[in-house]
Amino acid sequence: MRLTLRVWRQPAPNAEGRLVTYTADDVTPDMSFLEMLDVVNEGLTEKGESPIAFDHDCREGICGSCGMMINGVAHGPMKATTTCQLHMRSFKDGDTLTIEPWRAAAFPVIRDLCVDRSAFDRIIQAGGYVSVATGNAPDGNTLPVAKGDAEAAMDAAACIGCGACVAACPNGSASLFTAAKLSHLSHLPQGQPERYRRALMMVAQMDEESFGNCTWFGECQEACPKDVSIDEIARMNRDFWMASLFERDEKVSTGTG
Amino acid sequence: MALFWASTVGKKLVMAVTGLLMAGFLVTHMTANLLAYLGPDEINAYSRFLHTTPEVLWPARLVLLASVVLHAVSAYQLSRTSARARSEDYAVHRLQVATIASRTIRWFSVLLALFIVIHLLHFTSGTLLPGFLEGNPYANIVTGFQTQRGMAVFYLAMMVVVGLHVYHGAWSSIRTLGLSRPKAHPLVRPIATIVAIALWLGFSAVPVGVLTGAIRPAGDTTYTAHAR
Amino acid sequence: MELRSNIPSGPLQQKWDKHRFEMKLVNPANKRKYHVLVVGSGLAGASAAATLSELGYHVSCFCFQDSPRRAHSIAAQGGINAAKNYQNDGDSVWRLFYDTVKGGDFRSREANVYRLAQLSVNIIDQCVAQGVPFAREYGGLLTNRSFGGAQVSRTFYARGQTGQQLLLGAYQALEKEIAKGGVTMFPRTEMLDLVVVNGRARGIVVRDLVTGAITPHMGHAVVLATGGYGNVFYLSTNARGSNATAIWRAHKRGALFANPCFTQIHPTCIPQSGHYQSKLTLMSESLRNDGRVWVPRQKGDARGPGQIPEEERDYYLERKYPSFGNLSPRDIASRAAKEVCDEGRGVGPGGLGVYLDFADAIRRLGEDTIRERYGNLFEMYERITDENPYRVPMRIYPAVHYTMGGLWVDYNLMSTIPGLHVLGEANFSDHGANRLGASALMQGLADGYFVIPYTIGHYLASTPLEPVAPDAPELRDAVRNVENMGQQLLGIRGKRTVQSFHRELGKIMWEHCGMARNAAGLEEALRLIPAVREEFWKNVTVPGSGAELNQSLEHAGRVADFLELAELMCRDALHREESCGGHFRTEHETPDGEAQRDDSRFAYVAAWEYQANGAAPVLHKEALQFENVHLATRSYK
Repeated sequence: MRLTLRVWRQPAPNAEGRLVTYTADDVTPDMSFLEMLDVVNEGLTEKGESPIAFDHDCREGICGSCGMMINGVAHGPMKATTTCQLHMRSFKDGDTLTIEPWRAAAFPVIRDLCVDRSAFDRIIQAGGYVSVATGNAPDGNTLPVAKGDAEAAMDAAACIGCGACVAACPNGSASLFTAAKLSHLSHLPQGQPERYRRALMMVAQMDEESFGNCTWFGECQEACPKDVSIDEIARMNRDFWMASLFERDEKVSTGTG
Repeated sequence: MALFWASTVGKKLVMAVTGLLMAGFLVTHMTANLLAYLGPDEINAYSRFLHTTPEVLWPARLVLLASVVLHAVSAYQLSRTSARARSEDYAVHRLQVATIASRTIRWFSVLLALFIVIHLLHFTSGTLLPGFLEGNPYANIVTGFQTQRGMAVFYLAMMVVVGLHVYHGAWSSIRTLGLSRPKAHPLVRPIATIVAIALWLGFSAVPVGVLTGAIRPAGDTTYTAHAR
Repeated sequence: MELRSNIPSGPLQQKWDKHRFEMKLVNPANKRKYHVLVVGSGLAGASAAATLSELGYHVSCFCFQDSPRRAHSIAAQGGINAAKNYQNDGDSVWRLFYDTVKGGDFRSREANVYRLAQLSVNIIDQCVAQGVPFAREYGGLLTNRSFGGAQVSRTFYARGQTGQQLLLGAYQALEKEIAKGGVTMFPRTEMLDLVVVNGRARGIVVRDLVTGAITPHMGHAVVLATGGYGNVFYLSTNARGSNATAIWRAHKRGALFANPCFTQIHPTCIPQSGHYQSKLTLMSESLRNDGRVWVPRQKGDARGPGQIPEEERDYYLERKYPSFGNLSPRDIASRAAKEVCDEGRGVGPGGLGVYLDFADAIRRLGEDTIRERYGNLFEMYERITDENPYRVPMRIYPAVHYTMGGLWVDYNLMSTIPGLHVLGEANFSDHGANRLGASALMQGLADGYFVIPYTIGHYLASTPLEPVAPDAPELRDAVRNVENMGQQLLGIRGKRTVQSFHRELGKIMWEHCGMARNAAGLEEALRLIPAVREEFWKNVTVPGSGAELNQSLEHAGRVADFLELAELMCRDALHREESCGGHFRTEHETPDGEAQRDDSRFAYVAAWEYQANGAAPVLHKEALQFENVHLATRSYK
């Protein structure tokens, strides 16, 4: 296959960027999308040009490093698939592919297709954990967890933090990411003591990071390589108003006092 | 509470609650409108009831007014936040599942606000309706849509907008409030669809009725308008 | 140099308890005066950084990825072992200890492995408390699955994403400490040298991968938790970024490198599809619980799997190892696959593959049960190969997966450079010559949550550490060293890409230092590698500059290190004239083709000391004492 690529090239964070056209020859259907870019990059390097920078690591769809807009769709045309797991059999000979970085004010471009997603780490820092120090844990089986709850928690915990939800959302909202972490922990008994406080803190941080708000386009869910559901966002909202209107976290904290 | 309003989720919740209040109002309004099909007596009696019961009318008006203002202010501020969050757009961006309703809701709601003003000047104050009869909505409806054909068409067009707005708004309000149960297909929304279609058809039925002659001037029938 | 393992005296079961009592403690008020540098944020690094910060130490943590959550621990699929005996099937700390020592083909330290088995129990408790969504029974209690190399069910799992969930647990603990101010995180930052002052590890030199700035970070102790070096083979199941640079540069500063030739080949990976292949994808070993491995009896049988009748299939693992069958340990299963492919009975393109068939399991348990157990793995397989494994058997082939070797450490996980601690896959300590499935996660977390927090305190409390002047010559030298190397790589402007050298090296290693090795091949590799290295330093091209995000430069530095490490691996493999675990020398096999250990000559850890200016490394030996287990020939028949 022979493809035409229009790739966003931007040498540095504050530099001007533009779409540059390349040709990818000898593309085979069994190649992954990133392997196709590898081949293009080797060609560029041999010509002494700078290769296209893109984040990637595990290349098996779990680390969440990779991600790019391919023809206007986050992670490309295959549903529930990261860019590294997308294979060229999804395209046809002669196709033109426009490849752009995630775009959001909270994800500034570092170079070419690499963006800074540290805002996600800061959202987790705001409360996306159970406050338990090493060594404090009782036996794992002292706390039964209903199978359904464990499964629901796992559905949400499957989030890989790639940022496709933000990239696909016309509002640049991080609601799906934030809600996924909240749901993971709120479905489990271990997450209950800090549940409402966590919702308040993480939502506040999400706003702080200049993400947009959710208007239920549903694009995030469609883009999510791990099929995280927008139902998690509904759950986040419920916890948020429970927390802020009924000051649920106050009750919880006095309960331990 | 200040924190609540400062938060994007808090503002969305305000929009959801006010939106649902307004949707409830629309259902009542639409049902009352359909009384026109029963002839002038019924709808005019309903109108008289409202106007002679200020303890119902004014709280309702105030709640609605507050809802409109809060809904609009939140919407405006949130849309600014979102615009800033996606300051630079893609060269190519293909939406996958977003409905027409959700994509158009922002601009159409501006149109909707304009419509509400026109509607109030038209049928409530009568400013835009030559021959407006205070306390006789039946006559006003008939005159309005018969003599101002353009207005009738405008109303019909706006009812599509109302339907779209409710189709997205009612559904997303329920989700924003977190009142929906988790589903296998979270984008499916049977109740919002039924309400949206009912409002669109129900509201459109009155201008259509007048234009097709199903709703006729009071004098053409055996009914007589009750003059005040 | 004398290698002092510092194994506590006394009975095996009491060593760790006794040691914990004997170790010195740091006064709580003094802990915040100590600054610990943790390199790597995988299971070992993140758990160590978080726990040290909880104790009150001031911690800096570094990772080359854009977030600590992306470390390659995340890709572990199958599970984590623990001697909980929740299944009442006869498990115990002793059995896990024994299975691990035996699985490692008797080339690991008894004391370390016993401690690992003891701590396995605490790990599960800790992770449950953090909210790791382990699989549950309907009654709400934890469930287990069985795994290769064991006859009990002791593996805890979270669907096929156990590594991800455990790492997220550690990552969340780390983020909690970052929020509290106890840990300063440096993402997109790569360690490029170790600063040794007065014989002690006191700092590291790092490159900010975004700006290219090269800066030293000083502290009182350094912890390396930077994973394994499987990418020396170019194609492996490791993440593309996984590299040996941190441990290799520490090695060049004086840390001994132990058992570099012990690499694990994982039997269940998706076969290679073309020359452009950038990595190999592993399918969790847990698949072997329900999948049956077979090839056609007939050489060169070109029929599709469905056309081959039952009696013309060779379920070779079940045939050769009746008691363990499809659950034979990784090294054995891998070698058996290579054997049948060498015989010309392999399937798929190039005959490099065997079938992993779920037809029987689907008949027995139903497609839904199989989907529940392995759904995401099946989807991944289909995405990559475009074949539906519910209908057609999977094709699998072995691939490099894990490196048991690593920097030599004592019982306290300290290397031969005082103050330099090494955790997880980066050290050599617990898996001997072969690692059992679901044990890597266990080791990473045991090291990070439960070992280093004690032993580092002992080091700090018992060692006088003077402040290091910002203009200390050792520090300036390390920074200059890093700057020079970068400039040298950028200045060559040759004709070949970094990738092409890496690929060439990988091919040599896979061919001569892979699943089966022999003296002639290793000698050949030892001739070829220096030549490739020489060409690399003359003819590599690295575009761009050092003052920007430059992925070619990052890769070049890592490949330069692989080119040196590869040679050491071959040297180690050549010197170890026995077969054990993942190290299989074709000259040393039993008449029926199994690994032939030579305990009289090789029951030791081979620790290599780097020599400057291209001189041959010096071998040091740490004899392995087996007081509690009987050195038996490993048999899974």
